[in-house]
Amino acid sequence: MAIGVKVLKRPTAETSYLRATLKGMALTFSHIFRPKVTMQYPEQRATDDWTLSSRWRGTHRMLTDEQGRAKCVACGLCPQICPANCIKLVPGEDEDGHRYPLIYEIDEFRCVFCGYCQEVCPEEAIHVGVHYENSEYSRDRFVYDLERLCAQTHPVSTLWDPSDQKGE
Amino acid sequence: MTFFLIASGIKVFMVFNLIMVGVALLTLAERRICAWMQDRLGPNRVGPQGLLQPAADGLKNFLKEETYPALADRTLFSLAPLISFVPALLTFAVIPFAAPLPTPWGVVPMVVADLPVGFLYILAISSLGVYGIVLAGWSSNNKYSLLGGLRASAQMISYEISMGMSTVAVLLLAGNVTLSQVIAQQQQGAWFIVSLTLAFLIFFISALAETNRLPFDLPEAEGELIAGYHTEYSAMKFSMFYIAEYSNMVTASALMATLFFGGWDIPFTSWDQTGEASVWKTLATLGAFGLKTGFFLFTYIWIRWTLPRFRYDQLMALGWKVLLPLSLGYLAVIATAIWYLHEQLGWTYGTPFALVLGGVNLVLVVAVVWWLDRGRIVSGSMAEVG
Repeated sequence: MAIGVKVLKRPTAETSYLRATLKGMALTFSHIFRPKVTMQYPEQRATDDWTLSSRWRGTHRMLTDEQGRAKCVACGLCPQICPANCIKLVPGEDEDGHRYPLIYEIDEFRCVFCGYCQEVCPEEAIHVGVHYENSEYSRDRFVYDLERLCAQTHPVSTLWDPSDQKGE
Repeated sequence: MTFFLIASGIKVFMVFNLIMVGVALLTLAERRICAWMQDRLGPNRVGPQGLLQPAADGLKNFLKEETYPALADRTLFSLAPLISFVPALLTFAVIPFAAPLPTPWGVVPMVVADLPVGFLYILAISSLGVYGIVLAGWSSNNKYSLLGGLRASAQMISYEISMGMSTVAVLLLAGNVTLSQVIAQQQQGAWFIVSLTLAFLIFFISALAETNRLPFDLPEAEGELIAGYHTEYSAMKFSMFYIAEYSNMVTASALMATLFFGGWDIPFTSWDQTGEASVWKTLATLGAFGLKTGFFLFTYIWIRWTLPRFRYDQLMALGWKVLLPLSLGYLAVIATAIWYLHEQLGWTYGTPFALVLGGVNLVLVVAVVWWLDRGRIVSGSMAEVG
């Protein structure tokens, strides 16, 4: 038995291949001269209709106080909340009883950029950044230490718009 | 004799290099034009406007690893790219690309080999290329590749026939298969596109199928067959299939220009084919030939980025049920018309002859567009359920 194929009755009067082809070719040809949507990336990082969102969560940045010290008080909330377990924190305490991080390292390869560290931080010290260019020549360069985190200058994520907290 | 050998050697060298550079630029043109059609920019980083992109691609392909599937037939697997590459480059040899060039030692015809069998040579050699594809598909020991190879051979055979039939009309009119004679005949009167419009249409569609270009790229069909016959190929071997495909395109475009658009003839003038040969004449006609070929190459790319791929049964139905009867019927009509004009009225080929044939063609084209193209071209083969 031959394989049966369900045959749809198509209207032959309107069906055309040659003319439809020519129509399609006219369309593709007209597109050659239309404005292009490509963003020429390394030279051009934003276009009129595309900029990085202020809520973008990129590599971290540690904010500093007036003396240039990290704002971190080594409370330990961020390694606690971190779902990827990428923050290493060893707390220290000076003679005045101020706590500070002896070691503060973020493994950016492990990080899932959820932004919980920024949300949980009581001192508004650690932030995820509005930043996406992170190339390095070796893998261990992706473990950012405290000095490096403080030295970052890119803008930090707002996570939410303070005037529109529900994101509406 | 020595002069002939040296001149031929130089011509072979020039044509080979021109084709290779042309193919390289064509890959770039394909990518850029397709990008423009999709409102993108395309590769524009390597060199000005991306002109060095093909060089970078070539370099990359040289440096990449040659992989062999574990169960592949090593000999045929290595041989297959060559078998498809060599015929692709050979076919251009008989196409005249400019008016004869005068040199202090004699006039050199601007064609690598003006063979008396001319066009038959192209048909013969170009169908050899499919061996490369079939062998590649078979020796890869991969079922998708094998399917690609099978499709290629079936497609080649199906469309070779209508392609041959459509060119028989040209040969009837030219009375000769030598391509330089075909061009000379077209210079007498009008180009064959006027007198053989429908033959050109059939030839054009078949040429798309013969070069495995969309909408007939079923041997590759990356969506269905993961690149078909060259799935298993890497590095330079893959590159050779690629070059073969594009040089087939160049040859097919040049052939369309030669058979139907007067070859290197410059339209509406006669200074290019009469009188003494001169360097300027050669250059001008070379430019005309280049423009015509370039236009068809652009059309190839244009169609590829416009049309979707055929279903396999549609492809076969189009080849056997539409194009073959159409070309046979057309041949009967056009042969009768030529016989009537030539034998009964005693006309020789010239502008009035071409115009009368053009009238016949106009009627036929109208019939094709207004009757055949009413849901009868791409239907596919079907059997009722039951």
